[in-house]
Amino acid sequence: MVIECKHVWGYISDYLDAALPEDIRLDVQKHLEHCEICSAILDSTRNIIILTADERVFKLPGGFSERLHARIDLELEGSGGG
Amino acid sequence: MERHSSTRTEAEMIAAILAGDTQLYHELIHPHERRVYLMALSLMKNEADAEDIAQEAFLKAFRNLSTFRAESKFGTWLISITLNEARGRLRRQTIVRMESLDDPPDGGGVVSPALLRDWREIPSELVERQEIRQMLQEAVISLPTIYRQVFQLRDVEDLNVKETAEVLGISVPSVKVRLHRARMMLQKQLSPLLKSVNPSPKRRWLPWL
Repeated sequence: MVIECKHVWGYISDYLDAALPEDIRLDVQKHLEHCEICSAILDSTRNIIILTADERVFKLPGGFSERLHARIDLELEGSGGG
Repeated sequence: MERHSSTRTEAEMIAAILAGDTQLYHELIHPHERRVYLMALSLMKNEADAEDIAQEAFLKAFRNLSTFRAESKFGTWLISITLNEARGRLRRQTIVRMESLDDPPDGGGVVSPALLRDWREIPSELVERQEIRQMLQEAVISLPTIYRQVFQLRDVEDLNVKETAEVLGISVPSVKVRLHRARMMLQKQLSPLLKSVNPSPKRRWLPWL
């Protein structure tokens, strides 16, 4: 079935997650083969997901771990297990 | 303090902690620190509050460890505790937002993506640049809460759809709808910005279709 760009946009997330039913996935794939706009949207979305998942983007604040474990130590001492 | 690595499973560690070897708790939570902090940050939106919530969540998890049921993952359980802590704190702070944290609407229109003809991949080395990291952080943090939470759990913390639904107490279809919108919002906001820091030789933009 031929689908339009706007329909493809609605499927991009599930397409990236390989969560589309096979018949729709094939329609989307067919569309992507000849539509440079939808291909660019798909690629940019995928790239943005990869970049935001990069551990360097959201880092723990400096000293986070030390402060956390110091506080847990206090709790453990208080609970009699430290 | 030296925290030796162990091949013990989480379930074994939890059993040992409950049996009295409480120092093992340090080791148990180590792999979950970043995830818990980021979940707190996604709701609190400032680092100091997020750190405080993360600490509270880890302490609460310790105090309630005996109630943990092995049928859920320890990491997922920790996220649920973190979300509850953060929501409680926000309520106490009586931060009134335009959006509700508990009863979010899933309605709303389609999010149109940014339209571009050519897209050059942004190399991961670019993330080493502070302004790129900040651009990505700000875009995620500026998402409405219901979308940010789902995006954070699925795409930053890599929970699956079912775990995300469980942690947030929403349905699997809701997770998918919110994730799709979050991704499209980020694509719309970030693609033009990222393209400008990584220009391709040909710059062909469409104003609109």
